[in-house]
Amino acid sequence: MNAHANRAAPFVADDPRMHWHDKAVWYVRGNRDRAAASVPEWEALRELAAQVKAHTLSRLPEYLELFERNAVRLGAQVHWAADAVEHNQIVLSILEGRGTKRLVKSKSMLTEECHLNDFLSEHGVEVVDTDLGERIVQLAKEAPSHIVLPAIHKKKEEIGELFHHFLQTEAGASDPKYLTEAARGHLREKFLAAEVGLTGVNFAIAETGGVVVCTNEGNADLGTSLPSVHIASMGVEKLIPRAADLGVFLRLLARSGTGQPITTYTSHFHGPRPGGELHLIIVDNGRSALLASETHRRSLSCIRCGACMNTCPVFRRSGGHSYDATVPGPIGSVLAPAKDARRYASLPFASSLCGSCTDVCPVKIDLHHQLLLWRQELGKQRLTPLSKRVASRVVSFVLGRRRLYELLGWFSRVLGRMLPRPLLHTSLNPWARQRELPPMPRESFRAQWRKRRV
Amino acid sequence: MSSRNSILASLRRGAPPAVPLPELPATGQRFDDPLAHFAQMLAAVGGRSERVASTGLLSSAVGALPVVAQAARVASLVPGAHPGNVPLNTIDDPHTLADVDVAILRGEFAVAENGAVWVPARELGRLQALPFITQHLVLIVDPAVVVHTLHEAYGRLRFDGPGFGLFISGPSKTADIELALVIGAHGARSATVFLVG
Repeated sequence: MNAHANRAAPFVADDPRMHWHDKAVWYVRGNRDRAAASVPEWEALRELAAQVKAHTLSRLPEYLELFERNAVRLGAQVHWAADAVEHNQIVLSILEGRGTKRLVKSKSMLTEECHLNDFLSEHGVEVVDTDLGERIVQLAKEAPSHIVLPAIHKKKEEIGELFHHFLQTEAGASDPKYLTEAARGHLREKFLAAEVGLTGVNFAIAETGGVVVCTNEGNADLGTSLPSVHIASMGVEKLIPRAADLGVFLRLLARSGTGQPITTYTSHFHGPRPGGELHLIIVDNGRSALLASETHRRSLSCIRCGACMNTCPVFRRSGGHSYDATVPGPIGSVLAPAKDARRYASLPFASSLCGSCTDVCPVKIDLHHQLLLWRQELGKQRLTPLSKRVASRVVSFVLGRRRLYELLGWFSRVLGRMLPRPLLHTSLNPWARQRELPPMPRESFRAQWRKRRV
Repeated sequence: MSSRNSILASLRRGAPPAVPLPELPATGQRFDDPLAHFAQMLAAVGGRSERVASTGLLSSAVGALPVVAQAARVASLVPGAHPGNVPLNTIDDPHTLADVDVAILRGEFAVAENGAVWVPARELGRLQALPFITQHLVLIVDPAVVVHTLHEAYGRLRFDGPGFGLFISGPSKTADIELALVIGAHGARSATVFLVG
């Protein structure tokens, strides 16, 4: 167990990089704060967004059917996928139907969740991720470490080496402008050669049957306007009832994510373009089970802005890969155990429960509370380490008995002063592995309090 | 049972108690001078805007833009701004736009809060790629229809048929390498908005 902590160890071991990552991601959080403060009605928008999402989730089947009807009326083809396997199969059959082995893809966390790239590669399809950060991690055979900044864990020198190897850039070159220009040239060729483009979906509008995709680079737009077939993959939770709801969500999304007032491109697709095809794949893959969970359904409101990651003290210092989940950070630690409680049992503990994630969440998901609830559930299911369960039992026993608590408090104050350091810093005390115990006070807090009050 | 029906059935089984749909605000924050705020936000996201007093002066203003003056291939949907030399109405295949240097399009309205311009792609037809594949983008917008926030923007927009449209706020950009901002990722390397009239 302690899986997250173990996986974080190598990241933490590289101290300068860990601090660079911490600062870089925190800088984005600062941008978010400035952007949020520039909108006087920010808190009202968050509340509205939370309500619209809660409403939509309470009537999801109706809205999905309405969305489907409208999308079909506009000429789109709607597919339904119960799980990742079915989703991937649908994509493959669309490619096979066109007789093509090439796919350009813009950012989609859903396809990461479905492991679409691996599946298609096994079937001989060349998948090209076109978001710069995603292309970088794809070339490095890694997964994104952040949902908005997929390659934030990489230094420009490493990217330079990668590009030198794959894109024939100059050896040792690491200027971001130069590297971006090289990727632009390389990916233009891919855009021009592809027959099918796949995008994620930020919002699907029930009343109009349209989908909205937000990017800064323009990759989703090139990937859907050059190839004649556009596949858009969306989880069932991407629905919003009205086009006007976008006024709320788009005001929150980019400001929360990167601090931009809006992404460069906010594309509204209503039906296929003239002469083209639009395939919408609506995916469940565990979402209906999450909706049925009274405790955790609010996590389906997430609009994937990344703000909770940027602010999380644990994410900033452990890096996205330490979560080993499609979505890292606080929201990922809430979503992942719902999929596989045993595998992701350590994630709800990768948090200080400081509540900063909840404070910045644009749709007001009670993230730190969700993490706490998961800890309790995992404990009940005996999926937490034995040491943790025993310790909680002992603490709960002591805290429920005042006299015992006072006695043990006295003991530890005396022993803490008397015992030599090696006896306190044993392997039985993991807390003290990287920390020093504070000097023990002579009197308990209660005794000091009594004196002050007099 | 098809996946469609099984998904809908399990969503119905797990549906939470009804929650009302909130009314949306018709407006949000107001700016003393929305056009000035638009220009400021556009500059902040790496674009630029220029006021042109009348349509008569537009073509000389557009022509004076260095990226236009140096362009070999200009695709213009606004003849009054520039005649263009890419015969858009005879082109069917968007791939032939790969060497376009400048694209000139009409934007429907500007949004003060975020420097965005709504660009309906109706007249582009099969050439929806134009605003993205071009090296430089020029948008012509009537300053009389600047809105303060996206709430008013969606109050104006109607999506009652097939069609593509988008907000464009500045040039294409990325910060995926060490957060260093680079203008010109996949799309236009520059975005200039002319506010005419």
